[in-house]
Amino acid sequence: MKIGAPKEIFEGENRVALTPQSALQLQKLGYECVIETGAGAASRFSDQDYKNAGVEVVKTGAALWKACDFIIKVRAPEEVEVKRFREGQTLISFIWPAQSEELLEKLRAKGVTAIAMDMVPRISRAQKMDALSSMANIGGYRAVIEASNNFGRFFTGQITAAGKVPPATVLVIGAGVAGLAAIGAAQSMGAIVRAFDVRPEVAEQIESMGGEFLFLDFDDNQDGAATGGYAAVSSPEFREKQLELFRAQASEVDIVITTALIPGRDAPKLWLEDMVMSMKAGSVIIDLAAERGGNCDLTVPDEKIETSNGVTIIGYTDLPSRMATQSSTLYSTNIRHMMDDLTPENDGVPVHNMEDDVIRGATVTHSGEITFPPPPPKVQAIAAAKPKAPEKTPEEIKAEEVAATKAAGRKQTTMLVLGGLVMLLIGQYAPASFMQHFIVFVLSVFIGFQVIWNVSHALHTPLMAITNAISSVVILGALLQISVGGGFLVTLLAAISVLIASINIVGGFVVTRRMLAMFQKS
Amino acid sequence: MSIGLVTAGYIAASVLFILALGGLSDQEKAKRAVWFGIIGMTIAVVVTVFGPGVNSIWLLSAMIAIGAVVGTIVAQRVEMVGMPQLVAALHSFVGLAAVFIGINSVLHSPEGLTHAEEVIHDVEVFLGVFIGAITFTGSIIAYGKLAGKIDGKALILPARHLMNIAGLVLSIALMMMFLNGAGIWTLLLMMLIAFAIGAHLVMAIGGADMPVVVSMLNSYSGWAAAATGFMLGNDLLIVVGALVGSSGAILSYIMCVAMNRKFLAVILGGFGGPSGPAMEIEGEQIAIDADGVASALEEADSVIIVPGYGMAVAQAQHPISELVKRLRAKGKNVRFGIHPVAGRLPGHMNVLLAEAKVPYDIVMEMDEINDDFPETDVVIVVGSNDIVNPAAQEDPNSPIAGMPVLEVWKAKHVFVSKRGQGTGYSGIENPLFFKENTRMFYGDAKASVDNLLKLIG
Repeated sequence: MKIGAPKEIFEGENRVALTPQSALQLQKLGYECVIETGAGAASRFSDQDYKNAGVEVVKTGAALWKACDFIIKVRAPEEVEVKRFREGQTLISFIWPAQSEELLEKLRAKGVTAIAMDMVPRISRAQKMDALSSMANIGGYRAVIEASNNFGRFFTGQITAAGKVPPATVLVIGAGVAGLAAIGAAQSMGAIVRAFDVRPEVAEQIESMGGEFLFLDFDDNQDGAATGGYAAVSSPEFREKQLELFRAQASEVDIVITTALIPGRDAPKLWLEDMVMSMKAGSVIIDLAAERGGNCDLTVPDEKIETSNGVTIIGYTDLPSRMATQSSTLYSTNIRHMMDDLTPENDGVPVHNMEDDVIRGATVTHSGEITFPPPPPKVQAIAAAKPKAPEKTPEEIKAEEVAATKAAGRKQTTMLVLGGLVMLLIGQYAPASFMQHFIVFVLSVFIGFQVIWNVSHALHTPLMAITNAISSVVILGALLQISVGGGFLVTLLAAISVLIASINIVGGFVVTRRMLAMFQKS
Repeated sequence: MSIGLVTAGYIAASVLFILALGGLSDQEKAKRAVWFGIIGMTIAVVVTVFGPGVNSIWLLSAMIAIGAVVGTIVAQRVEMVGMPQLVAALHSFVGLAAVFIGINSVLHSPEGLTHAEEVIHDVEVFLGVFIGAITFTGSIIAYGKLAGKIDGKALILPARHLMNIAGLVLSIALMMMFLNGAGIWTLLLMMLIAFAIGAHLVMAIGGADMPVVVSMLNSYSGWAAAATGFMLGNDLLIVVGALVGSSGAILSYIMCVAMNRKFLAVILGGFGGPSGPAMEIEGEQIAIDADGVASALEEADSVIIVPGYGMAVAQAQHPISELVKRLRAKGKNVRFGIHPVAGRLPGHMNVLLAEAKVPYDIVMEMDEINDDFPETDVVIVVGSNDIVNPAAQEDPNSPIAGMPVLEVWKAKHVFVSKRGQGTGYSGIENPLFFKENTRMFYGDAKASVDNLLKLIG
């Protein structure tokens, strides 16, 4: 089986779906790899690099389509590319099936099996092929770099001989993968980072990246777990509250990075014109949702604009492509993992298992049919939040403690009374000689309990060894019996008892000493 | 030597034994405590031998000498990893000795007893032999399981509780016959029944519960000694038996609490099945090589190592000790987290680490260290499984639900050194291995740590 990656023909696309490194891994799975000449050039992978990794380089896209069974790409195929497909071929790329019905129909008509990397379900097993996350990660990082490039000041606060520099304040809206990556990057450059998300459960993640979560006090908070970790549309009341919060932030922050997306919908408008107008001159807005219309009213997709009050708004939609080497490396690894799952035997023979949640979810056309949208995955992406037990008040805790103490006291009294009764009963019938021994026995049990509780955990094994040794004190019984006469059998049994008991005594003590000698302080 | 002197000697011995056990509260005092025990035992034996009524000194000396030599050789030769087996084997000796002494006591019963005293004496003999016999076979089976000579899985016979109860009832019936003068055969038959009960009880207990079994047998050997003491009217035996018996009982109790199991449920054996379907485990086990672990260790400031039985099996404690030494030399905070039931004996891991010269002040108990995991960079789990299983807290249907565990998954990175993908001794799937911050470091624990040592200079 041959896997081929053509040169991306989309204007300005620098990424490539196959790197020399991923080719080596794919060959291990039993596939041969093919690449169109110059496909990796924009990502700084030369044809020679590919050749060194054992990849066949072909001259044209058409030749590649002819030679290969698997076509791996970054962008969804365009008109000319779709025409090159033949029946039985498999395509792996971003496809965006919800927005491209026409493309799906064409692929179906061609008999192509299409696997959409953007449809990989969000379950932990599939994380390694989650290309959306790996691209979003790069996008978030690059957003901060673009912002800093267009921002006229330091990110970090400094006190220098030439005066004091205040730190930049960055607001990140939407704490998905891109948002979290942006928080991390901005934070590491020294900025003060605030972040907002409609899903309150991500507050922890935001704080873990060093950001400050802007808390919105609202009853009807969303539970992201129900929607597979994605945000859903919010209610009008919630939206009002949210905008109020942003309006208050607008005059304070220097950089806004918006990443709010709702699956299958246009991006929600969250940064309105009046907010842009109230921002300081020189501020920067990076709109990562530009491709879906933008979170900001004034965003122009793929453009950098400056407003009348001096705010720069960047609506680039190709941030991952601007870091092509990195994004190609990650994307090709995602693809490689997908092939790994498609090749269970590692023998270069793909098995398209439509029972597998991940493969089923990502497949959009298969054996002449459109298989989008997929049924919901069998397993939930994120466990539903468990209802929390109500916090106990100090009074309640105290009351419980008092009750517990009382119960323990009652229990102890009952035990003592019962024990006393048993003693009386025994005393009533047993002879005096027995009772004398019995006193000794009971007291010894008590002493044992008191003493052993204090033994340190670490010394439990030595404790067992030493108790074992001293329990061999039964040797005394045998010693007394050995010379009472009473026949050969009595003497023999007693002698054996003496023998094994002394093995035990000496063995037990020696072992205990050996063990204890090893314990030492640093 | 007069009776008075002998009794004085016994009092001294009793005090010394109590001091010996009490001294184990602290590692430094413990070394002195053993000497108390040795001196106590010597006094007890010497005053008995030279006391009234003992005259076969040559035979005694020969037997004691042979026993001492054999005991010393065995104890010196045994490897620290083999300690559980040795302790179990030694317990069986106490049981057997108690059985012999009980039988002897009937063969040559004391004279001049009133009727009530005779009944009590006979009951004591019966009890002594019964407990001794259970201890004997139980310990032998425990030895076999710990040494791997008998399959560690719980043997669950149908109607096993009924069998035990039937054996018990039969024994009581035989005791009644014995008290009414039916002769020594009733005692011997009861002994055989008790042998069977002892073997069957321990066969039914799974490998993971072995710490409880061993400490329980320890307790039995004490009660057997106490029963023998009653039988012979010897207070020293009673005192020591009671001390050892309560010590073993407390150890068993501590182990049961650590596993959140009912004492009776453990003793009656058979791991309780789950009450419902176990939680589905999501995700996959991701492997990592020595390079990855080494670089994570280089970057970490705080490291906690959680050892288990697998460390003992692989004899990995020495390379781990060396690893810890090197990491500590780099100024990292390295500690050990020990679960009370890690290993096959109470305190098993502590002994192994001590053998490898790991300083004991960095070896922490579960309660001391559990709160520190969230601030820990790297946790290395070496050959332990159930004691780090988050299902104990997360899955109410898990067989180990509610058992206190080391919360290793709260650390930033968890590396699990494990031979393969199988489940642990108790056969329970461990969701820890599937967590996002967990990486599986497959291979023999010793070989894995040796590889790490090459990378961490």
